[in-house]
Amino acid sequence: MARPQFRVLPGFGLTMGVTLCYLSAIVLIPFAALVVRTLELSWGDFWRLATTDRALAAYRLTFGASLVAAVANAVFGTLLAWVLVRYDFPGRRFIDAMVDFPFALPTAVAGLTLANLFAANGWLGQYLVPLGIKGAFTPLGVVIALTFVGLPFVVRTLQPVLQNLEPEVEEAAATLGAGRLRTFVAVIAPSLLPAVLTGFALAFARAIGEYGSIVFISGNLPFKTEIAPYLIVMRLEEYDYTGAIALAVVLLVFSFLLLGVINLLEHWSSRFQH
Amino acid sequence: MSPRGTEESPVAKWVLIAIALAFSFVFLLLPLVNVFAQALAYGWAHYWQSLVKPDSLAAIRLTLLLAAVTVPLNVLFGLAAAWAIAKFDFTGKPILITLIDLPFSVSPVVAGLMLVVLFGLQGFFGQWLDAHNLKIIFAVPGIVLATIFVTFPFVARELIPVMQATGTEQEEAALTLGANGWQTFWHVTLPSVKWGLIYGIILCNARAMGEFGAVSVVSGHIAGQTETMPLRVEALYQGATEGSAAAAFAVASLLALLALLTLGIKTFLEWRQARTQKLIVGRVDS
Repeated sequence: MARPQFRVLPGFGLTMGVTLCYLSAIVLIPFAALVVRTLELSWGDFWRLATTDRALAAYRLTFGASLVAAVANAVFGTLLAWVLVRYDFPGRRFIDAMVDFPFALPTAVAGLTLANLFAANGWLGQYLVPLGIKGAFTPLGVVIALTFVGLPFVVRTLQPVLQNLEPEVEEAAATLGAGRLRTFVAVIAPSLLPAVLTGFALAFARAIGEYGSIVFISGNLPFKTEIAPYLIVMRLEEYDYTGAIALAVVLLVFSFLLLGVINLLEHWSSRFQH
Repeated sequence: MSPRGTEESPVAKWVLIAIALAFSFVFLLLPLVNVFAQALAYGWAHYWQSLVKPDSLAAIRLTLLLAAVTVPLNVLFGLAAAWAIAKFDFTGKPILITLIDLPFSVSPVVAGLMLVVLFGLQGFFGQWLDAHNLKIIFAVPGIVLATIFVTFPFVARELIPVMQATGTEQEEAALTLGANGWQTFWHVTLPSVKWGLIYGIILCNARAMGEFGAVSVVSGHIAGQTETMPLRVEALYQGATEGSAAAAFAVASLLALLALLTLGIKTFLEWRQARTQKLIVGRVDS
């Protein structure tokens, strides 16, 4: 693996050995086990197991709710990042620190407290449910949980980009007679776009695999509020390993496609910054 | 339009701030405050009793054990991986980094499934384990493996950029002056990556104690034996008895405190790093 060259520092063999052994034991072998079991399935069997009506309904909810939540994160995350970087107001530092709260809070606790907040007798539900906005045990609940979980991604991707924007560009636009809105749309927004899209894709990718926060708030009704990861757990509880594996492979393929997109976006946005 | 033309009008500015505050209030502050309010809904006595029930205490012990096993292992791996990747050139480095990040793009449930496929009764080693009376799935070893899987990248991905930034000159100087490899590592490398390491440790620890999906798949949910704190929260939440929801929130409140502590340390480390950078820039300027 290593290039033949003279090295001053010792320890390459040892550390590389430890790294590869640990990586194999913890990640690669379990991964390979799943791949081998998948390859044992015929294409027809795989397709039948991965596209049952219940599975299709679960994909629709998982991908649909993840998309809506990622869009909400893109809109509010951009706004939040802008406000935190550009303005000074009471509580700014506190909110800035709290943005990472969804990363730090265990997902089960997030699901528990959100389900309680939006239930008919909860702090928010008591006002929202009479208006017909039911956040607990509905697809909307899934969107709420996923919006919470994905909140930090857009904000944290965008903040450094906003901080590094050169004020001269905006000043030039203003000098040339552009109004503030026009400056934002024509000058600022294009340089923010790659970072917003990266944050959006990160939030989307995280939402697709999310499980802990959703099981508490969604009610997990087949065909209605059941997400794909939950259906995998159901298949496992029925000891239907192959059914679980087929669903897992669909999720994995999608995650890896998104990972590729995210890498391209990061490449694009790093070019933008220089 | 403002006089300078590079600022929003005060009205636009305060509308944006108001939306940001409202959004943060609903999605960040309320969920946090609600955890503690619901945990104390039946008073302090009920709160305390929920925590000292044998099953809850067992869950707390298991969660602490998980962190005590997972974090040191991931630290050792993180240091080894960062040393190999940051200090040496070799072909395939980008592939190795991608593989280290892999657990982040796998759904926790799928991570648990992989372990079941490997060690479950119908899995690759299922028959062999059963014949030797060893249990991994639906037992503590499976929970440990699942937790290590999901927390795998945390320490390494914090350390790699820090070690890359410090370069190799200091280590080379130490070696030239007669230090051996271990001395160089302890006295030169480790101090220079100390803060990045602490950052990785607190993130790894928070996830290890809070993981739900992967652990849920392999745990078997045996109260008092294979329930971690997040799983205990779920079991109490599903229990329909009077006050069991408040008990769920009581256990959850400990995890929320852990999250706040993690955030506090993280904020302090970031503030410290920003200050150090300012000092360095100031020195260069003057």
